[in-house]
Amino acid sequence: MVRQGFFEKNLRYIFPLPAVLFVVVLMVFPVAYTFFLSFTDWTLTSGRPLSVVGLNSYLQVLKEPRFLEALGRTFYFTFGSVIVEMLLGTALALILNRSFKGKGVVKTLLLLPLVATPVAIGIVWNLFYDPTIGILNYVLSVLKLPQSGWVSDAKTVMPSLIIVDIWQWTPMITIIVLAGLAGLSSEPYESAMVDGANSRQVLFRITLPMLMPTILTAVILRAIDALKTYDIIYSMTGGGPGYASENLNVLAFKYSFEYFRMGQSAVMLVFLFIIVLLFSLLVMRLRRAFEL
Amino acid sequence: MKTRNVLVVMALVFCLAFPLFAQGTAETAQKQEIRVLLANHPYGELLKTKIPEFEAKTGIKVNYESLQESQLTNKLTTEFATKSSTVDVFMTRPLQEGLMFIKNGWYEGLDSYNFADYPANSVDIGRKDGTAYIVPLVTEWQVLYYRKDLFKQAGLSVPTNFTELEAAAKALNKDGVAGFASRGKGAAAVTQLSSYVYNFGGRYLDGGKAVFDSPEALEAIRYYGRLLGNYGPQGVTSMSWENIMPVFQAGKVAMWTDASVFYGQIVDPTKTQIPAADIGIAQLPRGPKDDSPFIVVSWGMAMSSASKNKDAAKQFLDWATSKELAIQGMLSNITMARDSAWADAEVRKVMNPGLVETQAHAAKNGYPYDRPFMSSVGQARDLIGEVIIESINTKGTSTKLASLAQEKVKAVNELLKADGEYGL
Repeated sequence: MVRQGFFEKNLRYIFPLPAVLFVVVLMVFPVAYTFFLSFTDWTLTSGRPLSVVGLNSYLQVLKEPRFLEALGRTFYFTFGSVIVEMLLGTALALILNRSFKGKGVVKTLLLLPLVATPVAIGIVWNLFYDPTIGILNYVLSVLKLPQSGWVSDAKTVMPSLIIVDIWQWTPMITIIVLAGLAGLSSEPYESAMVDGANSRQVLFRITLPMLMPTILTAVILRAIDALKTYDIIYSMTGGGPGYASENLNVLAFKYSFEYFRMGQSAVMLVFLFIIVLLFSLLVMRLRRAFEL
Repeated sequence: MKTRNVLVVMALVFCLAFPLFAQGTAETAQKQEIRVLLANHPYGELLKTKIPEFEAKTGIKVNYESLQESQLTNKLTTEFATKSSTVDVFMTRPLQEGLMFIKNGWYEGLDSYNFADYPANSVDIGRKDGTAYIVPLVTEWQVLYYRKDLFKQAGLSVPTNFTELEAAAKALNKDGVAGFASRGKGAAAVTQLSSYVYNFGGRYLDGGKAVFDSPEALEAIRYYGRLLGNYGPQGVTSMSWENIMPVFQAGKVAMWTDASVFYGQIVDPTKTQIPAADIGIAQLPRGPKDDSPFIVVSWGMAMSSASKNKDAAKQFLDWATSKELAIQGMLSNITMARDSAWADAEVRKVMNPGLVETQAHAAKNGYPYDRPFMSSVGQARDLIGEVIIESINTKGTSTKLASLAQEKVKAVNELLKADGEYGL
């Protein structure tokens, strides 16, 4: 008989240990530490060590109008971009699902915005959007349309940012939905043909309902990402003009790395964490309802 | 088979996770090593090319990293605040982060450094309770860049006061060219507005209290907003220097007031569409009360108090702030803080006369701050920025500007109180 050592006896604990450590150190600890910081008044500009102040930082943050505005903008940005992306992305997928000449080329082109770096995208779009030397206002002036301030006008900055997000992320929805389309069974279509359904009925009664779980998956992934958007906004406007494009993540960044108010910044991130968590739970439940 | 897969995964996880813990292990080699953080600034670039000479001379290995200015602050702050820093020497912005770093004890005192070659007020900014912490590296002051050709066409001469500046801005604002540009992006505009405030007789802070709601300061903010709102480029409230420069280089701006450091870039023929001969540099026009543009130490160099190689770090600091390198800097159009670098004969031969003249004027009459000098300067700049944007958006006519400024003064005073700097 082989003598069983400690290692062999506890294999089931030892093998997953690296992964568990990995998750604890890199995911659980930062989140827990952020929660801890949100109950402190840690502010580097004061030169004092941090002290626990209970809910004080929460009260300060909730009193701050910039926080409430940023909260609203976070939802505005998320819904504004994800709804359009869902509609456009699904429509594109349905079009691309038939065979036509040059389909491969079109699919590759669609992938390009996805693989580009957000900061690079931000810089390029900023050049497009520049009111004086940008190409978009030039095109508008050639078409004799009124020019826009795009990202440099507080009134148009959010829609302009949403356009960039839509441009970058619609292809992701398309690709996921395309994969979903490829997996649909052909039987319902055959019976629909036998029953004499027209193409619109097929689309709305068969294809879309069967695709719903896939579309919802894509939407959850996108929405969670959109709630946490930081890179595009920071690289394009830095939250400006004024505070007109600050979402929660950008505001929290400013609070920690420009104002050095770590406690209050942590409070904002706790809110963002809870929002993302609730949102994921909600959509996951919705998705389960569709699958039944 | 399954076990083998698990082992492979485990090995992979270890490989991925190990570099995270590697920081502390590779220290204490025989050879002296220091870690240096540089800014993405022309002087940082110059140092990078010279570091091999330093290594050859001293045998000290220099590991340097080069970062954009706000990232540099972020990195230093994060490392120092979490007490995990291995930085020995770094470039630092005295007016932006100096107070906070001194307060937290992150700078090493530089009692043995010889500051005789520096203007006293440039050293005083990095001094607390008699100890100096920052060696001034680079100075900058506000100037007026202008298009000689456009002035000639319009038959105008270079403005010397604010009335003439406004008239010129109005006259030159045509044919798709903005008559006047200066930073309009809230917080970024605070530094460029500062000279206007001084020339109108105002201040941001006085005796440790915010006073930018004074009639003088408000007049300056209105004037700045009127010029930018009427004659500025489109979208100016979201423009900092990095947005204005390409517009100027594309020939769409007639006058631009900003820091002196950009001169080299706007006359660089590879970057600008305007012949260098058509670009002029002049001192900022004088205001109704004063003629006192900001002249500040934009960059300094300091040692970390947590450094484990203080001897090597000090050697590097002495070398990187030496007179010889300062002259090298001047020869590549970097305006250094050392007095002797400006007096050097070789430098005077090649230096642009416009830079020399405006520097002399600013050094004599200027004010050594371009922003509220306080620990919470980041937040204070955003607060003042709100007032600036309101003024630009209303072309200086806002009826609620005074009450908005009062509200922001109160908020800045609260910050000063919270940081224990009120009234100091």
